[in-house]
Amino acid sequence: MELGGLTRLAECAWQIPMQGPMRVPAVIYATETLMREMDEKVREQISNVAALPGIVRAAYAMPDAHWGYGFPIGGVALFDPREGGVVSAGGVGFDISCGVRCLHTGVRSEDVRAVQRELADALYARIPAGVGSTGSLSLRSRDMDAMLGGGARWAVEQGYGEAADLERTEEHGTMAGADPHAVSPEAKRRQRDELGTLGSGNHYLEVQEVAAILAPVQARAFGLAAGDVVVSIHCGSRGLGHQIGTEFLKRMAIEAPRHGIALPDRELACAPIDSPLGEEYLGAMRAAINCALANRQVLTQLVREVFADVLPQARLPLLYDVSHNTCKLETHEVDGRTRRLYVHRKGATRAFGPGHPDLPEALRDAGQPVLIGGSMGTSSWVLAGAASGEASAFASACHGAGRALSRHQAAKRWRGREVVDELARAGILIRSPSIRGVAEEAPGAYKDVGTVVDAAERAGLAVKVARLAPLVCVKG
Amino acid sequence: MSARWEHFEHSADVGVRGYGATPAEAFEQAALALTAVLVDPATLVPRERIVLHCTAPDRELLLATWLDAVIYEMAVRRVLFGRFEVNIDDGELDATGWAEPVDRERHHPAVEVKGATLTALEVREQPDGGWLAQCVVDV
Repeated sequence: MELGGLTRLAECAWQIPMQGPMRVPAVIYATETLMREMDEKVREQISNVAALPGIVRAAYAMPDAHWGYGFPIGGVALFDPREGGVVSAGGVGFDISCGVRCLHTGVRSEDVRAVQRELADALYARIPAGVGSTGSLSLRSRDMDAMLGGGARWAVEQGYGEAADLERTEEHGTMAGADPHAVSPEAKRRQRDELGTLGSGNHYLEVQEVAAILAPVQARAFGLAAGDVVVSIHCGSRGLGHQIGTEFLKRMAIEAPRHGIALPDRELACAPIDSPLGEEYLGAMRAAINCALANRQVLTQLVREVFADVLPQARLPLLYDVSHNTCKLETHEVDGRTRRLYVHRKGATRAFGPGHPDLPEALRDAGQPVLIGGSMGTSSWVLAGAASGEASAFASACHGAGRALSRHQAAKRWRGREVVDELARAGILIRSPSIRGVAEEAPGAYKDVGTVVDAAERAGLAVKVARLAPLVCVKG
Repeated sequence: MSARWEHFEHSADVGVRGYGATPAEAFEQAALALTAVLVDPATLVPRERIVLHCTAPDRELLLATWLDAVIYEMAVRRVLFGRFEVNIDDGELDATGWAEPVDRERHHPAVEVKGATLTALEVREQPDGGWLAQCVVDV
């Protein structure tokens, strides 16, 4: 990105001043290096977001921002329904409530290395992953609606996991306000056999070693020590969320002129929060959040069953579960006034700072765990929400590395088999049904997640707590 | 213009583009480009015949709706399409697709497609009289 015309607010904060139809400025949090590497499209897209009705204070882009559809990926925007604020299907994304969940294991890296191959094969055999895979559950109408209303809590009631998991999940495992009737029959049909599946693309399940502790106090609160092993699951709301996203994107594009919303680009399709379409989308989107929470909860149970077989001494309580494609109603203070605002985070993680009342008591002093997935074969990170994050970007942080090369470029540059062999030599076992998928997800196809989390910390969005290094990766 | 498809670059996702003598033929090719996100369409042995129908208020949204319809059938039937015949008449699209069930051992499908976006969405006549149909799909 060209930096001309930007105002540098701080070392890692860059403002795009208001111009043209922008109602508020836009702020990008990144180092100068990340800014220069960032796609020019981010500037265009975040400026367009700043022009939407009812936007509050500013439109924000995180350090891992890149070209999305409508909103940039790594975009954060808050809207006030009392000021004509909107909700946008593109501002949430198609993989509604895609997120990361991290489980403790209670075992050490040497314990895993002793059975690494067996564990990798057992996880790969048990976790449905990749195109065309199905889960062991087939949900018909009544169960489907119960799942869409109950989320992870429904899954626990069905025997997948423990009640203690819910406290460590955003929204305590159930997104309120979900409306299963706002979810189309097609979306439910697409989901019927997909609950408890990982998906494909950048979704994964990893066994990881805590490679370094950066913030000992928060690490202790999170229960992390160097050499510990954790399991991270990155996936979302599967076919149901994808179908809801596509249906509402088109409906919002068609209806926008009726609401008097002038879109600079159709892909910014949105509807007033206080309109029938806006309310219908919120009901369906919240049901998709529950679907994602239930999905990660079912997968959690499968992981626990595998560990019970392979490493029976392991215990796998949940550290935390975060979502990074959502729109949620939250309370924030703006210019000294407490307001209820609809917060879009697309490719951005909620990052409540220390003391936030929504955090479980055991984590409240440390701040919310912010789980950042790396690319296959590279580090992932655990951050903690920072006290300064509320003022910076309404308690939001980055979500991952972001691609440096397109899938096409990556598939031309690497061969999947060689990627698998090279990582195996480095002590990382990859299991995937698609060798082309592995090439497209090669570690070198992504930006360095380390530079992204450095920028998030220096921008005051979150604090680095621990670096995680992969031992086993099941790739969809 | 000879009918053909190609992908175009998008940093996180994939652009699908079809060319043809008519909008309908360009739509057929764009859908083949969609298949090619997962697998080389030439390697498929499509035997199952699937009928598709969709409507939209304009040509661009009809393309996104058409690709979404193909994605939906791929997802719920767990098939890959190797060939399409599309007819477009006054905003209504009727199509037949020929598909093969996903065989993970043989196809090694790379990645599932979540949906068509409205990004880089274009359906337009080319200077040579042929048609182009394209958009970015989310993977």
